[in-house]
Amino acid sequence: MVNRDNGATIFPIDGSQPLPRIVIKNGRVIDPANGVDDILNVVIDNGTIAAVSSDIPGVFNTAVTIDAQGAWVVPGLMDMHVHLREPGREDKETIASGTQAAAAGGFTAVACMPNTNPVLDEESKIRYVIQRAEGCASRVFPIGAITKNSEGEELAPFGEMVAVGACAFSDDGVSVAKSNIMRNALNYSKSFDTPIICHCEDKVLSYRGHMNEGVVSTRLGIRGIPTIAEEIVTARDILMAEYTGARIHIAHVSTAGCVRMIRDAKKRGVQLTAETCPHYFTLTDVDVGMYDTNKKMNPPLRTDRDRRAVIEGLADGTIDVIASDHAPHVSEEKDVEFDAAAFGVVGLETSLATVLTYLVDKDILMPSDVVEKMSLNPNRILNLPGGTLSVGAPADVTVIDPTASWKVESCHFFSKSRNTAFEGFPLKGFARETILGGRIVFKKTYPKTPLQLVKKNNGKG
Amino acid sequence: MALTIRHLLGLDGVSRDDITLILDTADSFFEVLSREIPVVPTLRGKTIVNLFYEGSTRTRISFELAEKRLSASPVNFSVSISSVSKGETLRDTIRNIEAMKIDMVVVRHDAAGVPFFLTQCTNAVIINAGDGLHEHPTQALLDMLTIRQKIGRLEGLKVAIVGDIFHSRVARSNAWGMKTMGMEVVLCGPHTLLPQHPESLGVPVTDNLDEALNGADVVMLLRLQLERQSSGTFPSIREYRERFGLDLDRLSDLSKKVLIMHPGPINRGIELASNVADGPNSVILEQVTNGVAVRMAVLYLLGGGENG
Repeated sequence: MVNRDNGATIFPIDGSQPLPRIVIKNGRVIDPANGVDDILNVVIDNGTIAAVSSDIPGVFNTAVTIDAQGAWVVPGLMDMHVHLREPGREDKETIASGTQAAAAGGFTAVACMPNTNPVLDEESKIRYVIQRAEGCASRVFPIGAITKNSEGEELAPFGEMVAVGACAFSDDGVSVAKSNIMRNALNYSKSFDTPIICHCEDKVLSYRGHMNEGVVSTRLGIRGIPTIAEEIVTARDILMAEYTGARIHIAHVSTAGCVRMIRDAKKRGVQLTAETCPHYFTLTDVDVGMYDTNKKMNPPLRTDRDRRAVIEGLADGTIDVIASDHAPHVSEEKDVEFDAAAFGVVGLETSLATVLTYLVDKDILMPSDVVEKMSLNPNRILNLPGGTLSVGAPADVTVIDPTASWKVESCHFFSKSRNTAFEGFPLKGFARETILGGRIVFKKTYPKTPLQLVKKNNGKG
Repeated sequence: MALTIRHLLGLDGVSRDDITLILDTADSFFEVLSREIPVVPTLRGKTIVNLFYEGSTRTRISFELAEKRLSASPVNFSVSISSVSKGETLRDTIRNIEAMKIDMVVVRHDAAGVPFFLTQCTNAVIINAGDGLHEHPTQALLDMLTIRQKIGRLEGLKVAIVGDIFHSRVARSNAWGMKTMGMEVVLCGPHTLLPQHPESLGVPVTDNLDEALNGADVVMLLRLQLERQSSGTFPSIREYRERFGLDLDRLSDLSKKVLIMHPGPINRGIELASNVADGPNSVILEQVTNGVAVRMAVLYLLGGGENG
């Protein structure tokens, strides 16, 4: 058991213990795959969903009961874009610590990017990740590299990686620069029902850039990464998907131009999906402030116009998925001059709360939209069975308190790294319980009395 | 009178009163510089580290002279970036230097924001001697001091800054400082060497040199880094000289009293013809002299020295 003094606890999975019977009572069950949004009970038995109903079968009188009154009960969340850093940089994150962070954030599944050391570009490395993830706090679906060592020259063996469990292919961190290689990758991928996930960046245009090119970068004297660096490759990859008929998924969309192009492409019937990340709908380049390296990621925080366009894209369905691009870094890679700082921020433990605070609380997304973008759609895009509470499905369930207020304090993270863009932010809502395969793997208890209030009264009394 | 700033990180956001106080104090140091022994004891016992991560001769020598003339103890710390990138972090470097009991740090670095970063790592006073493309405040201060000495005021004067604006921290510091002092600044260069979003600097930009020079009281030429040609920002030296170089012909169209300035080092025959650089309108060497006085003023005002 791993405890944090904010009341968060991770429970290790003990396979020798029998699977408990669990009843999640009186929660608002939101399961868009089955068209459900009602106050119901979810009954779990033997690791699968046994019933979603208004009554509880008598044999469950002795079951573990979770009172979910006032809470949402949803299919386990999935983050389809995380960096678990193992193998290679276990000082930043391991599969064990990263999946604990996932569980604490309400995620029962993650898809991990292959830019580890070595790069996940062949069967044995995919298998290594899957083995290391056994018994961990969330499911892990590895994404294989598009090209060997992600060098953009030769295709990696998609077939043998799919056979052992790769769920998609990506050279995330870079684009496949040569258009002929990208074309081959798309054509070759059509034999497998796996999408190519596109990191869209023209490295020649973004060369030496460290933040969005705009009025803020000019003022700070930081070399810029222009929006066109992302948009040119997004345009290319959309055209390629259209031409080849292959299926693509555009990662971490950050600009208004990309949202517009993806919207237009979907109207034309191009087979593509897209994701964005919490920092792109909450923050802008102004938030870089005085060279704050925890606001440095790639693509960079853009302008408010881009931020609003991303929100529109989420609202109208142009953007299918919210993923964190969880990118852990050790402090010595962030506590340096801005130009030298690593790109990326952690996100697994703040993602859900930013969505609830900035999108649901502001009536931009409905609760069922959240479940689609953070559970159902990622599972569908990656051709995985999760994302539903159908009877017989694996019992991956997240119980969400949608309104409780809390403050981001990275010292409480289960992730090994602390590089959050939201340190000190007041947020609303969190995962109360995370259930993986019928076992409770994470639980957050509430502090009995707010500490400040006690102190105040003592002082007066 | 004291400055409201504790460090000199740039001129963006520095008040008119603070800039005026620095320039007035620099004026008073001219008397010291003309003495037979041009030294005052005002910063005796203060240790100042000149932390130069980027090559510089005139700025480093100018700071060092200013420090010696105020009786401070300068320590020079020059580092090549390559050895640092393999070795310790900037925070560790500054914490180690601080552990040796120092009072002020004069820093030059090729990454923007390093002077600010150092204020977060140490209690010493930080003076920016140039950070990346960001600012070079003492250069802008010595430019303004030179203009004020020659013309007698700053308010209302028009300054044209010409050349590679994009890569120039001197242009940025001057744009901020001169605007604060009520001057009219126009930035001029080919669009490939202007920022994509110049509006954030709050001054007009143009690619037309004649337009920029029209009515100018001061023309400041910037050094053209010749290696920029290979990165495709201008096609040839000949075309650059034709469009943006200042020669006697163009000078003859300007006011007889116009001041010609350059932060150095000059590419003679490219941005500035030799006979203009060495001609009667040029105040380029006065700029260098004023550099010492301005840096004495900044060190004195931020170093908490006693008036000697």
